[in-house]
Amino acid sequence: MAPAALVAALVLAAGAATAAQGDAARGEQIYARCAACHALAYDRVGPRHCGLIGRRAGAVAGFPYSPAMKASGIVWNVGTLDRFLAAPLRVVPGTTMTYAGVPEARERADLIAYLVRAGRSPAECGSGQ
Amino acid sequence: MSSFLAIADPQAARRLFLARSGLALSGAAVALLAGRDALAAKSGATRADDVRILNTALGAELEAIAAYQLGAESGLLQKPALGLALQFQGHHKEHADLLAKTVRQLGGKAVSAKSKYGFPVHTLKTQADVLRFAAKLEQGAVSAYLGAVPLFGNRDLSKAAASILGDEAMHWAILRNALGEDPVPIAFVS
Ligand code: HEC
Repeated sequence: MAPAALVAALVLAAGAATAAQGDAARGEQIYARCAACHALAYDRVGPRHCGLIGRRAGAVAGFPYSPAMKASGIVWNVGTLDRFLAAPLRVVPGTTMTYAGVPEARERADLIAYLVRAGRSPAECGSGQ
Repeated sequence: MSSFLAIADPQAARRLFLARSGLALSGAAVALLAGRDALAAKSGATRADDVRILNTALGAELEAIAAYQLGAESGLLQKPALGLALQFQGHHKEHADLLAKTVRQLGGKAVSAKSKYGFPVHTLKTQADVLRFAAKLEQGAVSAYLGAVPLFGNRDLSKAAASILGDEAMHWAILRNALGEDPVPIAFVS
């Protein structure tokens, strides 16, 4: 690849990384805030997060979701998670995730990067869910 | 933390600020929760919202009680760690009792403990594993209450949540200390 094209490719890649990805290592620290209610691999007060990306909201079998979450029509991806986690009760009024949210965009990006990475990790989430 | 105003809603930020400035609570102040009149003054919608917040917190407290039970029965905890676990479990029982009572006073139905919790038992092999597991739950509980404080329609409930938050922050610090970690690593919890 010509040097100029290489630079352009790197710049594009870096741009995509900041827009969509955040820092998963920092996100793991932020995930500690969710640890009263969530785990990656098993249901607690809140549902498991393995398998989250691409899943319909309210879709973990056997988990007692609120009617509001089940009816929300959300599919979880980087964008919908970013909106929901900023203010869960504003995005899904009536949700039982009664948590004010993660107001800082940078922290949300890191947190979501962690959720994406963990979801792909065989050690954290196995091969399926 | 950058600012109290990082919280999107200014009213919520103000409530958070007020809750922070009123952290020194006596048991009697928390018992004020039981004052039916103040609670009854709130509208039905607010009351239902508050019940939802209380029930989510109650569910987490019931799980914490079960987690400490698992720890106590694991045979992995020696004195004095075993004593701490039982003492902290006792606090969680008191929190759960108060939350359940408040839910009922607000006309709601208190959630009950699950028949089975999916704790990652296979990862708990030493006393330190159990303490680290408990510390994580307590840290999470502090964050969860912090995230509930600004949501209540009734400020007395925010105050009660802040009071519980303070207790759980003490548990977290003591558990970190028992693990040989800096007990109070930060100036603000988040
Ligand atoms: C106080 C407990 C609590 C805390 C803290 C909490 N959650 Fe939740 N969460 C829940 C509950 C309960 C639900 C189910 C909500 C419903 O059914 O309305 C939920 C649902 C969710 C969902 C939707 C999952 C699905 O299967 O549709 C996501 C995503 C989520 N939480 C992410 C998080 C993240 C990330 C954090 C940490 C920043 C967090 N939660 C903190 C209790 C909590």
